[in-house]
Amino acid sequence: MSKRYLLLEDGTIYEGRAFGAEINDYVGEVVFQTGMTGYQETLSDPSYCGQMVVMTYPLIGNYGINRDDFETVRPALKALIVKEAENYPSNFRSEMSISQFLSQKGVPGIEGIDTRSLVKKIRRSGTMKGILIDDLANLDQVIDYVKQTALPKDQVSQVSAAKPYVVPGRGLRVVLVDYGMKHGILRELTERGCHITVVPYDTTADEVMQLQPDGIMLSNGPGDPKDVLQGIDLVEDLLGKVPIFGICLGHQLISLACGANTERLKFGHRGANHPVKVIETGEAWMTSQNHGYTVSTESIEHTKLKVTHQAINDGSVEGVEHESLPIFSVQFHPESSPGPSDANVLFDHFLNMMKENKLGGVTSCQKEQIFVGS
Amino acid sequence: MPKRTDIRRILVIGSGPIIIGQAAEFDYSGTQACQALKEEGYEVILANSNPATIMTDDAIADVVYMEPLTPEFLSKIIRKERPDALLATLGGQTGLNLATELDQRGVLQQYNVELLGTNLEAIEKAEDRELFRQLMIDLNEPIPESKIVSTVDDAVQFANEIGYPIIVRPAYTLGGTGGGMCDDEQSLKETVQNGLAVSPANQCLIERNIAGFKEVEYEVMRDSNDNAIVVCNMENFDPVGVHTGDSIVVAPSQTLSDREYQMLRDVSLKLIRELNIEGGCNVQLALDPNSFQYYVIEVNPRVSRSSALASKATGYPIAKLAAKISVGLTLDEMKNPVTGRTYAHFEPSLDYVVTKIPRWPFDKFQAANRTLGTQMKATGEVMAIGRNFEESLQKAVRSLEIGTHELYIPKLRQLANTELLKRLQKADDERLFLIAEAFRREFKLEEIFNLTQIDYWFLHKLEDLIKLEQQLKTQPWNYDLTVIAKRLGFSDQTLARLWDTEEKFIYDWRLEEHINPVYKMVDTCAAEFESETPYFYSTYEQETESFASNRKKVVVLGSGPIRIGQGIEFDYATVHSVLALKEAGYEAIIINNNPETVSTDFHISDKLYFEPLTIEDVMHVINLEQPEGVIVQFGGQTAISLVDDLVDRGVEILGTSKTAIDSAEDRDQFEQMLEKLNIARPKAKIATSKEEAIGLAREVGYPILVRPSYVLGGRAMEIVYEERDLNRYMEEAVNVHPNRPVLIDRYLVGQELEVDAISDGETVVIPGMMEHIERAGVHSGDSIAVYPTQSIPESVKQTCAQITTEIAKELDVKGLINIQFVYHEGEVYVLEVNPRSSRTVPFLSKVTGVTMANLATQIMLGRTLADLGYRSGLVEEDSTISVKVPVFSFEKLRSVDITLGPEMKSTGEVIGRDNTLEKALYKGIIASGLKVPTEGAVLLTVADQDKQEMINLAKRFHALGFQLYATTGSANVIKQQGLPVEEVNKIADHERNILNVIEEGRVQFVINTLSRGKQTHTDGFKIRREAVEHGIACLTSLDTAEAILTVIESMSFSASPMPKQEVVTV
Repeated sequence: MSKRYLLLEDGTIYEGRAFGAEINDYVGEVVFQTGMTGYQETLSDPSYCGQMVVMTYPLIGNYGINRDDFETVRPALKALIVKEAENYPSNFRSEMSISQFLSQKGVPGIEGIDTRSLVKKIRRSGTMKGILIDDLANLDQVIDYVKQTALPKDQVSQVSAAKPYVVPGRGLRVVLVDYGMKHGILRELTERGCHITVVPYDTTADEVMQLQPDGIMLSNGPGDPKDVLQGIDLVEDLLGKVPIFGICLGHQLISLACGANTERLKFGHRGANHPVKVIETGEAWMTSQNHGYTVSTESIEHTKLKVTHQAINDGSVEGVEHESLPIFSVQFHPESSPGPSDANVLFDHFLNMMKENKLGGVTSCQKEQIFVGS
Repeated sequence: MPKRTDIRRILVIGSGPIIIGQAAEFDYSGTQACQALKEEGYEVILANSNPATIMTDDAIADVVYMEPLTPEFLSKIIRKERPDALLATLGGQTGLNLATELDQRGVLQQYNVELLGTNLEAIEKAEDRELFRQLMIDLNEPIPESKIVSTVDDAVQFANEIGYPIIVRPAYTLGGTGGGMCDDEQSLKETVQNGLAVSPANQCLIERNIAGFKEVEYEVMRDSNDNAIVVCNMENFDPVGVHTGDSIVVAPSQTLSDREYQMLRDVSLKLIRELNIEGGCNVQLALDPNSFQYYVIEVNPRVSRSSALASKATGYPIAKLAAKISVGLTLDEMKNPVTGRTYAHFEPSLDYVVTKIPRWPFDKFQAANRTLGTQMKATGEVMAIGRNFEESLQKAVRSLEIGTHELYIPKLRQLANTELLKRLQKADDERLFLIAEAFRREFKLEEIFNLTQIDYWFLHKLEDLIKLEQQLKTQPWNYDLTVIAKRLGFSDQTLARLWDTEEKFIYDWRLEEHINPVYKMVDTCAAEFESETPYFYSTYEQETESFASNRKKVVVLGSGPIRIGQGIEFDYATVHSVLALKEAGYEAIIINNNPETVSTDFHISDKLYFEPLTIEDVMHVINLEQPEGVIVQFGGQTAISLVDDLVDRGVEILGTSKTAIDSAEDRDQFEQMLEKLNIARPKAKIATSKEEAIGLAREVGYPILVRPSYVLGGRAMEIVYEERDLNRYMEEAVNVHPNRPVLIDRYLVGQELEVDAISDGETVVIPGMMEHIERAGVHSGDSIAVYPTQSIPESVKQTCAQITTEIAKELDVKGLINIQFVYHEGEVYVLEVNPRSSRTVPFLSKVTGVTMANLATQIMLGRTLADLGYRSGLVEEDSTISVKVPVFSFEKLRSVDITLGPEMKSTGEVIGRDNTLEKALYKGIIASGLKVPTEGAVLLTVADQDKQEMINLAKRFHALGFQLYATTGSANVIKQQGLPVEEVNKIADHERNILNVIEEGRVQFVINTLSRGKQTHTDGFKIRREAVEHGIACLTSLDTAEAILTVIESMSFSASPMPKQEVVTV
């Protein structure tokens, strides 16, 4: 197997072996993921758009790639960095090896590097830019190139649905705004019988309301929420009209629209073992997370939002709800895939909220509109 | 939720003696629990009968009771101490069973003792087969079709309904005792009959066989607030069908996709919630390799062997947190002790692979049935960590100490292909090596899969290792290939074998080439958070995370896996040595590979290296740490066997020197020393061939004791009474040749004495001397030892003390020394000298209060006993009498002869303490699991040379009102004495034969000294096994029988007629 190198913006070089597709000259943000299973879901999670993902678990590809567990059709990540990529996967659903899959999808990989030392570096220095190269010629130039290349700000437009589409059902009508939606969200709503219209990220509030939704779901997605201006506008315009549920980027957009602020985390939360406290009940959930930005705690104070979920480890905001409107959102992934399903109940909560809102009828809606308008 | 303040005093129940299925892991969990409760400010009262445990040290609990773990004694403790609460879930099955019984007897209620942690209802639901089945049905969780039966006929009928093969699991037994897989009606009948006998509930579960499914375990925790997490999941290398304690286990699971992982996680959490468990719990599941179909196999509502493994595999201290949960704390409010920054409500993420391999006692029990099934047979286990599966597997293999360092057992090369394939079909202890051998013979992967059902993923890895092995063979000293090989866990020894050179040359070359391992930290979080856990493993990668400090430091070598002859006693001493080093201001570094023990709790030492104990792996640590020296005295034969190589590589051995060790272990040097000191020992000769042995035996005179040189625990040692037996021994038992001579000693019948002493070369302190109940010839580890001695004249004790002092000084022992004597016809002979920590160190330390391992360590650091306030000689004896009683696991090991002899067979020990010998013996015997009935019947069947001695026993049993049964020979002798005796027929007779008497439970004791020897076809063997299988005490030493008799006599009144009066007739 041929050599391949991971070069970081600080000049660090990790020597490894090539797997997956040929390299491109893409500069990506190097982030790490701590889940021990679920690489297929991670690979296909659009929130990783533009990123080079290091898997902390050393053996990746053990159970191969199957046809069922994708979170989107096309992987959005730029490279996969592992300690060992398995060439002989074993699982009854396995269709191909991870290397074959990445080759098919044009995603380069590097294996055989000391991933733990790389993770520690990111933990200490924060996420960094990096590039995969196959030889060490013109190293200085390459480093300069990495340094000078700015990370993109338009990831959402890259991964969002281009056109609206309908996933029909006979239940409640949900408009799902796709900022880089994981299929898991769609699956959870379908399982609950919803009639879903998936719309692109730049859909306007009027367009959304024309679909006469019972509720609106804002999906996860890649990048800095502040780059997604259409999303913030959309939420502002929709406030008080129908129940809204946001996940991950969707959560950040709701927070921004309600006047809170977001900030960048040093190295993000990416994994399947993030404990979250449910403030109201005192319960603790194990959650699946993937985010590099967070809603800053103090910025919530002067808004109409209140914190409903909190990270047990660093105390960061994991969920909010509006004090009077049927709006709530969480930073983590209640749809899991990959990861634990502890928070799955939130989808039921959303459905109940839509039902109640419907039953509550015009009066409550009107009141809220007045409130918002004033 | 904050911790509870309405309780103050907590009684913790330990798990008692080490037996197969319940080993050192409960000392680890119990110690953690006691410490955790004390940390929270509770007063801890501990009950445990096992003296070889750290948890029974007085620093661990506030009050320690070393009393038998029976409801009677626990009731006494409860009445006396009046605890507010009882914590039983950390004492294994023993703890749970006792809690249940105390509750049923109303003791808990009467004294208002609250059961902490999991409630009894939950325990019952998980443990009672029928309730568990019903619960699973109610929860709509799949379980294999099964039926509870209480008769053999019911079992057969059900089997006919669902078809063979069938699994039998007796209810409420440990480690699957008495269970098994049955392929036909015949074996089903046998297994069920046996299973019903051993089950306290007289129930067996008959179950559909799902062999071939993946076996997956989840270690889960839950708190009173209903928060529940998975600490670790594990996948068994061996598919369903082999007891998980006998399976090679890998953490985390390797072949499960996230969907499968989460599906089984959800099931596990659902179960722990449904059972309302507060604390730790283990869920075993079977997963169809070809679908999402799964079955729930078992739930253990307590910490277990698997939770100890999970704790060591992840760094997450399950027992400690389970104890805190039991007093009301919740997961989200407790800190993760590993990071110190994050919280305990967290699921560890591993960035390495952990492999556990069981350690089986078949090296000791050659005759045992080696096939593995639902009944656990391993005595211990090793664990290894690597950055890939191959590395962790190969490190684990070389940690086993089974005579190979790699996936290669030379003798398997001789197997015919047909035999090889046959053996692959039924799992046995060598399966891993058989697979490797099959790949060497280029068998196809599919073929091996079809025979073993082991997942392709694992088989592929093994195949690749063998391919690399073949490649390495053809390219010696190839740098690139060596780097690859090291990353995959190949040892220098393997390379040396493949390249036909010596390990040392490979090692030196490799260091020159800078092919060195680095050390990575076990931190529970895959490096996501900064941690300072001093817990490391080696791997061949880029960055190291372990750096030598500039403190003075010492490396202590542990004793590896628990096996017969090298048990938890050595871990006890190791831990004490580590603590002594810390007290003395040294940085204490430990290297060990046993996941069950306290020594591998990373809180014990300043630094823990979880590594194989081979010269290569140990040297890597030493090269990095540059310690002042290495302590080998506490690590048993494991550490001692590294001394030569360590000295060779310039490493300083602290304490007793290599020369001294050699003089004690090498026959010639040993003899010369004794001769020089004018100390007597039984006549001894060394033979290098069968013919020579026979000649020498005549010279020495029968009976003789024969054994191979350099062994621990009396392996392959035998007492031979006549030449015919010696012939057989030389042919069957040993593979004698000039490099591996056989030792022939005159066997002296006499009383055995044992001494443990501490020496600094000048002063020799003897904390205590023990007398064995069984005469010399029974291995010291299998004898009942009494402290202080009861029947030894003071002058003899002084002689022994004198000899001990002379030997210790002559050898310049700096540390511990253990000497065994025999007192024969007024003369003291030295049998054995071990210049290191022995099995009796924990027992003696506890009963005498002299902390032997601690003092020995201080001496190794340069202190003198005089400095420490000690004078030479025997320390004044305590008036309380303590006995150490061995505990065996024979019911787990079919086809093993239970006769006591020079080969050690016990797996554990208990203590009995009281103010008379009889009371102490009573407690010891009860604690060891035997019953002491005061009435009933006894069956006597003894060898000719024992018949005269038996008469006395028969008379005394008769006087106590026991009915006597005996076989013809023995019966005749008894009749001659005018005693009533019921004669029973030999096995060959079909009616009313001796086996019927045992089967029907007509006797409470069997005293049997018939046909010692190894043949499994003899009557003596069958009688002994029959007794074991029916749970009837079988005493194979007349001395043990006498001791028990004495106890019974002290407990009961005999009925004797009035003496005839001289009547004066008028």
